[in-house]
Amino acid sequence: MTEIWAGLLQAAKLIVGLDRELLAIVFLSLKVSTAAVTTAALIGIPLGAFLGMRPSVSVRWLEKLINTLMGLPPVVAGLVIYLLLSNKGPLGPMELLFTPMAMITAQTVLAIPIITGLTLVAVRDKHKEIRDTAVTLGASQQMVIWTIIREAKRAIMAAVVAGFGRVVAEVGAVMMVGGNIQGNTRVMTTAIVLETRKGNFEFALGLGIILLIIAFIINSLLYKIQGEVRNH
Amino acid sequence: MLSVDKLVIEKGKIYGIIGPSGAGKSTLLRILNLLEPPSHGSLFFNGMPVTKAGKQVLDMRRKMTMVFQRPILFDTSVYNNVKYGLRARGYAKKDITRLTNIALDEVGLTEFTNRNARSLSGGEAQRIALARAMVLEPEVILLDEPTSNLDPANVAIVEKITKRLHEKQGTTVIMVTHNIFQAQRMADEILFFFKGKLIEQGSTDKIFNNPQDDRTGAFINGEMIY
Repeated sequence: MTEIWAGLLQAAKLIVGLDRELLAIVFLSLKVSTAAVTTAALIGIPLGAFLGMRPSVSVRWLEKLINTLMGLPPVVAGLVIYLLLSNKGPLGPMELLFTPMAMITAQTVLAIPIITGLTLVAVRDKHKEIRDTAVTLGASQQMVIWTIIREAKRAIMAAVVAGFGRVVAEVGAVMMVGGNIQGNTRVMTTAIVLETRKGNFEFALGLGIILLIIAFIINSLLYKIQGEVRNH
Repeated sequence: MLSVDKLVIEKGKIYGIIGPSGAGKSTLLRILNLLEPPSHGSLFFNGMPVTKAGKQVLDMRRKMTMVFQRPILFDTSVYNNVKYGLRARGYAKKDITRLTNIALDEVGLTEFTNRNARSLSGGEAQRIALARAMVLEPEVILLDEPTSNLDPANVAIVEKITKRLHEKQGTTVIMVTHNIFQAQRMADEILFFFKGKLIEQGSTDKIFNNPQDDRTGAFINGEMIY
């Protein structure tokens, strides 16, 4: 127990003292996850919106697939990307394995189903109530679609935030395709695993505290957005 | 199931559609508003047949509008809600401003211009929906039980606005209502529906004082009919 308290104290010193290595790891984590979620949003939001406006019968099988992929284990995503990017894989010549780009790719694969699935639900909900009103006011097809997406914007934002929460905290995928290389592909989650195994608990705890703070911020944001969705 | 052999709606009149729940009144309104196509038969608007899709249907739709029982307001200001249809039709910005402000004044909601529309009461929401419809100067306005959730004061306001719209712009009004006294007050002609069929159509005076069908008479007298 004394060790844990000592570790916590050291961790606090590292954070307050803005330890360079700690900060580098945190910034890389945020950079990789932000890039992944942005890419996933560019794909997932239009896809989710398109599917959400189709009759649910016609997209049932696709919905089931998306819902299944929402629970895709990160190590499985990591394994698939690893096989694609390895020397013997089809994308081997691109030499992306063990680079931040490989990590971004793996996290994008994890985030797309979440953002797509939640956007689909949000748009489908709004589609029912908004479509008739927009049509009776003389909106063209394009304007109807844009209106529905705009009305669902809070729920879509919540989908993106949920996607970010999923990827920033995952370890399996980034470990497999990133390799946890110091100064290059070491992110918060992989660093925590490594430092714990080395017995360097202060560093691991410091990163853990920051990760918790990020998770708290994400959840608070999600809670606020969902509160606004409910109230509207 | 709705089954109507023939129905003619004349320009410039106020029609009251009455009948028990499940008679098909709202379905009729949705078909007349081109929200749903009929499964059989034809629909004509101003003498032109209504086709399934395309610019012609959009042009027809833009000559009419509908106010629902529970109006759906967009998650934006009252002003942006009211101007929506004008934007859809490509009006110039200054015309949008002028017409929107006039409509808000007509329904007595100028002070709420910048408020989020969803923060207003039921009666105010219905007035926004009416302003949103009025500003378009439609040839036809369809009202699906527009006052069923309102208190008597707001009922009076909504009826007054509807009548003014009809008098000022010559708009044809087609109104579904469960309130037969409202139908009697406002309508020039009454359509009585029962189990999906148009049982009787006639002037308000004739329907209320000398209905031809027993079911019409029974409904007007407040008797349950099955």
